[in-house]
Amino acid sequence: MFTPVMFASILPEILIIALAVILLVVEPFWKEDQRRNAGWLTAGGLFISMIVSLLFGQPGEPISVFGDMIRFDWLGFFFKMLFMFAAAVTALLLMDHEKAGRRGEAYIMLLASVLGMNLMAVSADLIMLYLAIETASIPLYILAGFLLVDDRSTEAGFKYLLFGTLASTVLLYGFSLIFGFAGTTNLYQLSEKLAGGDLSPMLSFVLVALVLVGLGFKVSLVPFHFWAPDVYEGSPTPVAGFLSTASKAAGFAVIVRFFFVAFPEFAPSWTLVLAALSAITMTVGNLLAISQTNIKRLLAYSSIAHAGYALIGVVAFSQLGATGVVFYLAAYIVTNLLAFGVIMAFSRVTGLDNLEDYAGMSRRNPWLALMMLAAFLSLAGMPPFGGFVAKVFVFAAGVQANYTWLVVVGILNSIIGVYYYLNAMKFVYLYRMPHEDEGKHPIPLTRPYAIALVVLTFAVILVGTLFAPWFTWSDAAALNLF
Amino acid sequence: MNFPILSIITFLPFVAAAIMLMIPAERKTEVRGVALATASIDLMLSGWLYLQYLLGDMTGYQFIETYKWLPALGISLKFGVDGMSAPLVLLTGIVMFTGVLISWGDFNEAKHLSAGIQDRPREFFAFLFLLAGGVFGVFVSLDLFMLFFFYEIAVFPMYLLIAIWGWVKTREYAAMKLTLYLFIGSVIALVGALVMYWTQYQNTGVLSFDMIQMESAGFSAAFQYAWFLPVFFGFAVLGGIWPFHNWSPDGHVAAPTAVSMFHAGVLMKLGAFAALRVGVMLLPEGAKQWAWLVMAFAGIAVVYGAFIAFVQTDMKYMIGFSSVSHMGLVVLGVSTLNHDGLVGAGVQMFSHGVMTALFFAITGMIYDRAHTRMIPELGGIAKVMPYATIGFIIGGLVSMGMPGFSGFVAEFPIFMGVWGRQWMVAVVASISIVITAAYIMINIRKVFFSPMPEKLLEHHIGDITILDKVAITTLCFFMIVIGMFPAVMVPMVEKGVENILRLLGGA
Repeated sequence: MFTPVMFASILPEILIIALAVILLVVEPFWKEDQRRNAGWLTAGGLFISMIVSLLFGQPGEPISVFGDMIRFDWLGFFFKMLFMFAAAVTALLLMDHEKAGRRGEAYIMLLASVLGMNLMAVSADLIMLYLAIETASIPLYILAGFLLVDDRSTEAGFKYLLFGTLASTVLLYGFSLIFGFAGTTNLYQLSEKLAGGDLSPMLSFVLVALVLVGLGFKVSLVPFHFWAPDVYEGSPTPVAGFLSTASKAAGFAVIVRFFFVAFPEFAPSWTLVLAALSAITMTVGNLLAISQTNIKRLLAYSSIAHAGYALIGVVAFSQLGATGVVFYLAAYIVTNLLAFGVIMAFSRVTGLDNLEDYAGMSRRNPWLALMMLAAFLSLAGMPPFGGFVAKVFVFAAGVQANYTWLVVVGILNSIIGVYYYLNAMKFVYLYRMPHEDEGKHPIPLTRPYAIALVVLTFAVILVGTLFAPWFTWSDAAALNLF
Repeated sequence: MNFPILSIITFLPFVAAAIMLMIPAERKTEVRGVALATASIDLMLSGWLYLQYLLGDMTGYQFIETYKWLPALGISLKFGVDGMSAPLVLLTGIVMFTGVLISWGDFNEAKHLSAGIQDRPREFFAFLFLLAGGVFGVFVSLDLFMLFFFYEIAVFPMYLLIAIWGWVKTREYAAMKLTLYLFIGSVIALVGALVMYWTQYQNTGVLSFDMIQMESAGFSAAFQYAWFLPVFFGFAVLGGIWPFHNWSPDGHVAAPTAVSMFHAGVLMKLGAFAALRVGVMLLPEGAKQWAWLVMAFAGIAVVYGAFIAFVQTDMKYMIGFSSVSHMGLVVLGVSTLNHDGLVGAGVQMFSHGVMTALFFAITGMIYDRAHTRMIPELGGIAKVMPYATIGFIIGGLVSMGMPGFSGFVAEFPIFMGVWGRQWMVAVVASISIVITAAYIMINIRKVFFSPMPEKLLEHHIGDITILDKVAITTLCFFMIVIGMFPAVMVPMVEKGVENILRLLGGA
């Protein structure tokens, strides 16, 4: 029964669990001042797991394994690598977090969440999918509220929990209705079952809407975005970075697979709904970001807006569209992790996250300022950083699918984006500290930050310049959908 | 494989920017040295390129390099120059070289002198070189995707350069205004480019951003009518076309000297050039349809810019609006779509680039020493800065279109071309020549030759540095040579124009 392919299909997950077990066993034996090393262990372990998976766990022809519960294909594999990369970076950023860095639980929660995300990316069955989503979410609820003594963190955790469970419930209701009408929980059989039965357009719309509520929460589409700014602001910064990147990408992995595989028959109706959601999400996210004075809230709204851009690729409902989404997420993950990494590095020393506190930052640490510049310009969609090509690809897909109006909305939004991202950089480069004594307030980087941030900066530039390999992999991933 | 000269010219500034960022911040001299060395190499290479094209009697696109970048979408890194773009590559080399020279600066606390860039020169030169690399990239790209890629690279460093090192009073406002204008223009053009890309795919089944390929994409007339305007004007925003010129004088004024030189000297050409290459050359039917509108806007820009420049009291604003006026002449030449007008536009791009760089350089030198740019507050500069005065007068003569200087070589064919299309526009536009002569001469008399006001005497204004003199000499050299020997540039531009006329159907 248990074939080598099945083993290969869950190789990354096996390695993650092994890593978590090692961590659980080893960590209690460490002394207080050694506990920080759990971060090295997690990051290193995830890095090795990625290499091992790339060597031995590459998928071949798409195949369903474990009783059609898991789909073993490039789409899932590519996303798994992204999640593990994001988690490794997050572990590095967590290490020097004052209150969370020395607690082994944080890293174990992180690993548990990645495990769930990996399974989200490969689930081929509604039941499996739901379990995966919960596995990914519950550790994140805990991580968001990790700082027990901090009221804002507790609030963030609780808020995230309430919104999250509500969204899950709606999603589960949607799943049960789908099962009721189609008689199967398998995504790959759903499309023919649903197409064969005579489902009224109204009913199909309701099904799509219920699923969208649940998944829209994960990727913070407007109007399911209300949790994001408060949760990002309150949770420990590395966790916020992880929420805004890996968790969002996991949501998109599910959206792409779900809509492309299970609902192709209803494409005309849901592409329109998604197009509207995409336009609203971009616009609301960007408009609200303009007036933010807290940088974490600013990034929260910007990450809402980015969900809208990525959704253009889904709306296009084409090979290029899917490639565009995957590529967009890859670029977005490295970019946003870099942005949050810089913020974490800054607030670790200063304890501040308001925009005005960034005054004079380029004189306090020119390197950190340059990395922040790279991140923000990439978010704004400027070359030679990843954000530019990613945007061009999804826009190209949108134009190809005759959604030119949506692309125009996207473009108008990126103009707003340029405004507030550059506005933030103005504090960093232009303004001075109150007494113009930046030399006395350096921002030193500890080793884990230096490693994580340099790797991310190179990644942002590589994705934006030598984009052929990433595009080819995204394309291979997207190909598995058709 | 030939010597990849275009890639080297384009990527050298990026490499230099990376190297400069590696140098510790306090070693300012090393940073400047790297910058000057890079700029010199780029100037030599672009000069060599120009001479090769000229002396080798080449036609069409030359020095072509093609690297497959993303075959799946038909994106390739394709470089090449023709008679239209080779002078602009040289222009960029010149402005880059002189820009570095005058940013080197001179610092003397006793004389209250802080010329050039003294604050964080490392970041300044790195951002300036990113900008320069982007500009080179646009001029040599034959691939539409790469053109956009470099175009955007040329836009964003501008924000930082102006906002950080600019004139304190207006820099934040001007930098943001400029960036948003240019970004809006370019992304609108980007939508047009994507539509062109997919329409070509529908028409011919070729998935490619190659612009030479796109020339035969068979866009229908209706398609061209619809998309010419967004594409042309999207780019022309950067060319400072009326009524989208508003960002440009503000940007010029707020920018530090070297950036003003780059901005007026090269960046505005970037807009006009891209509008020509993408708008006119890929959508020729659309160009014919809308030429009247472009001509009307350009005609207004020429006269309006000159009048506004006339009433300015700030030297930089004066030069800024005169740039709007002179760039209007470029677009006017393009809008004629005939041989004379296009040749004039090509030469004017080069001539104006050098001239305006010179103006901004000298204005910067005066400001650094006199701490004011207001024309009524200045006077007697000729006595203390004789070399700069000569330079400014030469620039003024070019600006007026005096025979013997490059301005004449450029403007005469433009008016010939316009006359051939619509004589009334030529008559109206020629008013600008009179106005230009007026404000330039009034300015020279007041700033350089009137007695020095009391207030200025206190500043003990000294002469400019040797590096400044080298910069002025370099810029003047090109204006005079082209004015005296039009054969060094005109035949070359004509070859570029032939190609455009071929696409326009020999009109």
